[in-house]
Amino acid sequence: MELIEAIILSVLAASTPLLLAATGELVAERSGVLNLGVEGMMIVGAACGFGGAWLTGSIIVGALCGILAGVLMSLLFAAMALGLAVNQVATGLALTIFGIGLSGLIGAGFVGERITPAPHLYVPFITNIPLIGRILFGEDGFVYLSLALIAAVWWFLYRTRAGLIVRACGDNHVSAHALGYPVLRIRMYAVMFGGACAGLAGAYLPLAYTPFFIPGMTAGRGWIALALTVFASWRPGRLVIGAYLFGAVTILQLHAQGAGIGIPSQFMSSLPYLATVIVLVLLSRARTGGSTAPAALGTVFVPDR
Amino acid sequence: MQLVLEKRAERSRTVALISPLIAIGLTIVTMTILFAVMGKNPILALYVYFIAPLADGYSLQEIAVKATPLVMIAIGLSLCYLANAWNIGAEGQFLMGAVAGSWIAVKTQGTEAGHWVLPAMLLLGAIAGALYALIPAICKVRFGASEILTSLMLVYVADLLLDYLVRGPWRDPQGFNFPTTAEFDPVATVPTLIEAGRLHLGSILALIVVAAGAVLLGKTIKGFEIRVVGAAPRAARFGGFNANQLILLTFAISGALSGLAGIIEVAGPVGHLQPGISPGYGFTAIIVAFLGRLNPVGILIAGLFLALTFIGGEQAQIAMKIPLDVTKVFQGVLLFYVLACDSLILYRFRIISSAPQVARGTH
Repeated sequence: MELIEAIILSVLAASTPLLLAATGELVAERSGVLNLGVEGMMIVGAACGFGGAWLTGSIIVGALCGILAGVLMSLLFAAMALGLAVNQVATGLALTIFGIGLSGLIGAGFVGERITPAPHLYVPFITNIPLIGRILFGEDGFVYLSLALIAAVWWFLYRTRAGLIVRACGDNHVSAHALGYPVLRIRMYAVMFGGACAGLAGAYLPLAYTPFFIPGMTAGRGWIALALTVFASWRPGRLVIGAYLFGAVTILQLHAQGAGIGIPSQFMSSLPYLATVIVLVLLSRARTGGSTAPAALGTVFVPDR
Repeated sequence: MQLVLEKRAERSRTVALISPLIAIGLTIVTMTILFAVMGKNPILALYVYFIAPLADGYSLQEIAVKATPLVMIAIGLSLCYLANAWNIGAEGQFLMGAVAGSWIAVKTQGTEAGHWVLPAMLLLGAIAGALYALIPAICKVRFGASEILTSLMLVYVADLLLDYLVRGPWRDPQGFNFPTTAEFDPVATVPTLIEAGRLHLGSILALIVVAAGAVLLGKTIKGFEIRVVGAAPRAARFGGFNANQLILLTFAISGALSGLAGIIEVAGPVGHLQPGISPGYGFTAIIVAFLGRLNPVGILIAGLFLALTFIGGEQAQIAMKIPLDVTKVFQGVLLFYVLACDSLILYRFRIISSAPQVARGTH
């Protein structure tokens, strides 16, 4: 019973950065922008988030630093991909390469330092209920925030007029432009939201997951978040399922390693990456009839006037 | 007043020629500011980065040694990118080539094996790289899975496989538990070109690859097909070119070159298999491909330039305590500027007034 509780708790923690980053990318992609720089925005968010928390001693300041760093990185992307109409794939790669270097520079000052990780919720009596108590009422704030955020995104995209306009930009930017919507500005806001989420997702790692910063600590989570948007067919509900499934794969392979079954640890560690490839293949295969991706995803738009 | 992009009627040839130079210039300006912010003397830092390595023979050789894998990988990547196939997993193909080639070296260690060993290693490295690159290509062509994500994911898998092998079955029994194979035998080592020097036969191979790339793209029908499929997919369909076949072909070539670069690196400058054999060659080669404007000769020059930044970065770390991450920042910034300047080949800026325009009567 204790082990199951521990596993579920660690699955939730491992899934949260994936869910946060994928939520942001989902909105950006729904507006028609493919930002491959999630990994870069996350790792800079991790470095700045840890730096902020370490200097001030406040987890909230750390989280805000991570968000701000992610937004600044995404503005760099927006200036290139939207402002200068540069190929989005190449720009995203540049953002990741740049981000990995930049995070190393920022983080060099506090490698090896530790902070007190983000506190977990505690409701008297309720949190002490066996099994479900700690799982439902004993998480850190980021876990609840990530779920609230994806719910808000669902409501925004499907229940508000602004969300409809964002989706219109993603499906047909020429029509949206002809109707008088400022396509590039809307996309910039969507990309900034993506950056904020990726920055927060990165900051989650040193603020709550492991209370210290190591270079390259995102370890491909940004890329897995990108794969999750495909997995989810760009739908918020499926994104939650996908994020928790991937979190579960990550944690179960760790527990399998710990249990000492006779498989080399490197093979278990490669499972999340192999699972991503297999899932992408199976899903892409399942929808050979027609793609569910936003129709204008990744295409350059230069308004003619 | 508002700044807007406007499509040029024709590609600007002047901008096309000078855009990489503008990009390098802007990068150097940015780096100067960064050095100043870090409290380092910018002039001295730029000198250590870009001039000092050119001044002594050892560093010049080292630049060629570092440029060898970069150029080889980037030539393959340029074919992919021209065909609009996004192979970003060259790092994994590089590692797989290194692993597969090393298998022969490890198995023949200490035996009477003759001079067939090195050619066999190079061949197997190239084949392994090609096969590893074909996984995302086939997933793309057959199932429509994004080759960007699958090729990148396989980098992590290759990295872990190499780690397993050098910590497990292939570990040098006399290696004091370090995760490395034993030093390769002389027959399994890429010969150097200069007595007691670092420059090796691989650099010659890289030059041959550049020439072959130039011939393929400039003089053959396949090269023409690759360029048309990328630049004008509709025209290519009408022309009856098979885009899927070209994705498989460009991925296979690119993977083979990455794998070859991997085994050359292991059997040459490194001399044994160990983790961390690549300081991100597969990713830096993406920058090399774009900086070289996807042109073989351009890639050769760009490869030498980025190799210079690796050497300069190492020297700046020793001489001025500038962290190695500055080199990665430099490379990222450079790619940004290259892409931005390339945009000006197709577009130009125009300032328009934001006051309501007077409706024009005629069309």
